[in-house]
Amino acid sequence: MKSKNKMIKRALNGLITAWKGLSLTIKHLFKSNSKREIVSITDDNYFKKQGNTNTIQYPKQQLPVPEVGRYQLEVEIDDCIVCDLCAKICPVNCIDIESIKATEVIGQTSDGSKKMLYAAKFDIDMAKCMYCGLCTIVCPTECIVMTNQYDRTVFELKDLTYEFSDMSPEDAAEKRILLEKQQAEKQAAKLAAMKQKESGA
Amino acid sequence: MNFYITYFIIAAGLFAFVGIFTLFGVYAERKISAFIQNRLGPTETGKFGSLQTLADIVKLLQKELIIPAAADKVLFMMAPGIIFIAVYLGFAALPWAPGLVPSHINIGLYYVFAIISIETLGILMAGWGSNNKYSILGAMRSAAQIISYEIPAGFAIISAVMIAQTLNLQDIAMQQGILSAEKTKFLGLWDVSATGGILAWNVFQAPHLLIAFVIYFIASLAESNRAPFDIPEAESELVAGFHTEFTGPQFALVFLAEYSMMFLVSMVGVVLFLGAWNTPLPNIGSVTLATWTTGTIWGIIWMLIKTLLLVGVQMWIRWTLPRLRVDQLMNLCWKVLTPLAFACMLISGVWRLWVM
Repeated sequence: MKSKNKMIKRALNGLITAWKGLSLTIKHLFKSNSKREIVSITDDNYFKKQGNTNTIQYPKQQLPVPEVGRYQLEVEIDDCIVCDLCAKICPVNCIDIESIKATEVIGQTSDGSKKMLYAAKFDIDMAKCMYCGLCTIVCPTECIVMTNQYDRTVFELKDLTYEFSDMSPEDAAEKRILLEKQQAEKQAAKLAAMKQKESGA
Repeated sequence: MNFYITYFIIAAGLFAFVGIFTLFGVYAERKISAFIQNRLGPTETGKFGSLQTLADIVKLLQKELIIPAAADKVLFMMAPGIIFIAVYLGFAALPWAPGLVPSHINIGLYYVFAIISIETLGILMAGWGSNNKYSILGAMRSAAQIISYEIPAGFAIISAVMIAQTLNLQDIAMQQGILSAEKTKFLGLWDVSATGGILAWNVFQAPHLLIAFVIYFIASLAESNRAPFDIPEAESELVAGFHTEFTGPQFALVFLAEYSMMFLVSMVGVVLFLGAWNTPLPNIGSVTLATWTTGTIWGIIWMLIKTLLLVGVQMWIRWTLPRLRVDQLMNLCWKVLTPLAFACMLISGVWRLWVM
């Protein structure tokens, strides 16, 4: 008898709890199903907005991200002194730099450092990047920064390799020839000086 | 000859209806589940995503038909067809409006329940033919579950049939409204033959049928493999149960069967307990709402509204309750529903003898 009572109680309990659940879901079914209102996470009401529809209709709606967001890398190539520090510190080797020595001081960065190297190649493979931000820390001229851009969807993987160098291949070839010429001249001058020394001695 | 042409037109019409209902049902299910979970559901294809299921079916039909190397090809190919046809044939005997029933047979109810039991066979064929452990597990569970739940469902139906005294679905429908030839009594006391409306429905003619209806409804959830009794599919345990290996058009057919089964069992429930195509509006004095809203078109409208409401409840339950374990499922069936259904049948007998 006792076990029978228990069973009836359990069956009743099952029905009651099922009804509780059902009433909860029907409440949600007829709750406002309007689109989510997008507010920044810094807003005081941010968590209150989640009571409604949670879905952010992504490309049409976007959560605002702070201006100092740390997503995609960006290089201000005019400020770059091609010191290669960023490529060296990168844990995943996603930065590929090829430098050409200039024959003279090319110019100045905005913080006054002298530019002595041309960046023939400055590629960042964003597909490899792990967003650690170490490159932005070591950069002496702060020319490599992270921006608040996070959606760079591409159709081909190679499009994720960002090329920041503003030199054309012809320009680079020309600078190489200039450098070779200068080095050859230097070598010649050196040789001449040595010869003179020898003959003088 | 014209005879056969009519038959073909009716069959094609029912098939078209089933197809359209499935498209609508899948869309409704997605939207309901989304709103219950504070999401939006499909929004991109068409206005409010209304063309989403159409796009899905086009995609499904274009897909390659893959037969697993180790599958039993004959069983595997036939299974979705049998699953669907079993459910589809059930629609043949269901009344839509006064005088409108595809096949007016005097054992309609018996026929419907016999023919949809064949679905189990199709499911077993699908599970066995796939030659896949999960599929066979799902199929076995499905067979065990459907056979078990046919007992409380059957007794709940018998208790309604004892009140109606006929197996002809059209006659059962007729008895629950103003068109009834016999006297209809609200709760067995108040003669409502002329009033009709909601008062003349079977569940109100004999109140214990309300319990029988709930039993039937729970059992019908199990028979159509819907949550919370969806252990044959149990996506978290068995991938997708018996239809794991099906692709493309075959998968579409299994889906079609699932949704038409939902509609079919709801429609049987409506016919037996909720007044079939009869209007819920009663005649009140000179305001003869029931007379105004009875007719062929009205019949179809009431039938659709009631059935779709029940389908809606099925979806609501699916997105609320978690799946039952096998032992809980069998406990519920044999220890709770079956005795209750027996009690209902007993009360029906007493009611028929002493009250009606």
